[in-house]
Amino acid sequence: MAAAVTVLTGGCATTANGKDPIEGFNRAVFAFNEGLDSVVIRPVAKGYEFVTPDFVRTGVGNFFGNIADALIAVNNLLQGKGIEAASDAGRFFVNSTVGILGLFDVATEWGMEKHEEDFGQTFGRWGMDTGAYVVLPLFGPRNVRDGVGLVFDMAADPVGHVSDPSSRNALTALRLVNDRAGLLPADKIIDEAALDKYSYLRDAYLQRRRNLVFDGRPPKDPDFE
Amino acid sequence: MRHFFALLTGLLMTLGAVAQGLTPDALVKSVTNDVLDIVRKDKDIQAGNTRKAVELAEVKVLPHFDFAHMTRLAVGKAWRQASPAQQKALTDEFRTLLVRTYSKALTEYRNQTIDFKPVKMQAADTDVVVRTLVQQPGSKPVEIDYSLDRTDQGWKVYDISVAAVSLVTNYRSSFAQEISAGGIDGLIGTLRTKNGGGEAAVASKQ
Repeated sequence: MAAAVTVLTGGCATTANGKDPIEGFNRAVFAFNEGLDSVVIRPVAKGYEFVTPDFVRTGVGNFFGNIADALIAVNNLLQGKGIEAASDAGRFFVNSTVGILGLFDVATEWGMEKHEEDFGQTFGRWGMDTGAYVVLPLFGPRNVRDGVGLVFDMAADPVGHVSDPSSRNALTALRLVNDRAGLLPADKIIDEAALDKYSYLRDAYLQRRRNLVFDGRPPKDPDFE
Repeated sequence: MRHFFALLTGLLMTLGAVAQGLTPDALVKSVTNDVLDIVRKDKDIQAGNTRKAVELAEVKVLPHFDFAHMTRLAVGKAWRQASPAQQKALTDEFRTLLVRTYSKALTEYRNQTIDFKPVKMQAADTDVVVRTLVQQPGSKPVEIDYSLDRTDQGWKVYDISVAAVSLVTNYRSSFAQEISAGGIDGLIGTLRTKNGGGEAAVASKQ
């Protein structure tokens, strides 16, 4: 069904979208990513979801979320948001200790809100333009700015600095599969909602990133009535 | 515990009946709690019975939605070029699509909890956003925001955004793409094809 719609709209998808000048290339990479997901990543995530109890997936999510909090603190600091940065650092401290190496998100229960920041948002905050929309192999939707941000995110990622290669790979794979398992419910909803999955996900990505850079308070889009 | 839920359900149903006079945040809260309370107890919906989820949505949720407003926003500039009959067809088809999506989302509900943020509003406000935060174990919380405006029939939802993605405006560029390729009738046709492809649960409701 979704495939039929994609074929229908794909044939006439030459309408220039200002944010997506390399749409043809992006659609090809998107198709590649979708294929990889349906053949490898999603089946593995489904198996993982089947064999792990909820509390294990929660713990895994908390563990990697705690590592991410350290980088979120750095990015909030780079954006001049000292109070948020202090809170993120506090979260990292509380969850690493009381929360036993991050397995339990005690900080949220104590009322310390989790934030979402990365280098792409920091560059956006500094005024860097988003640039064109681009779908990266494996990594999926980005814009040029967030693609540059991704390079910094990865360079700063503590998991990437684990010295033992097999532990590093295992951690990276576990994080990927756990994240993907968390998105399984969204698959069906998107299939139900989208006329054309490619443009639906593109527009969702662009909306979301714009919103994140402005911390949920973007200026009104002039297009919006 | 069961008595408590029965009491709660009774209370919420009463609230639903007087929803007309509620403030927007109280309205969103009572409808959401009402619906989730039913989903939590309904094994069929949890098992993916979309038809039952659609029925629940039709009774509890859709009376509070303004689909004409939603469709106008999603179609954008071309809305004014559409004839009244085309506008009605667009609204009907878009309604079906949104109801199916919403119902599918209900069947995916597990044990998330929802925090409702109080709205700071003035008595004269006619347009407000009610913010909620969905907490799910092990994942980042997801914001779901409801935009409502004041109509003669009380407050009506005209947009929902999930994780800062507006469900309505997210259709804009694909709708514009369809319209530039096949005109407004082309878009109506595409929506019909999409809606006709799955279970006919919603279509029979029209």
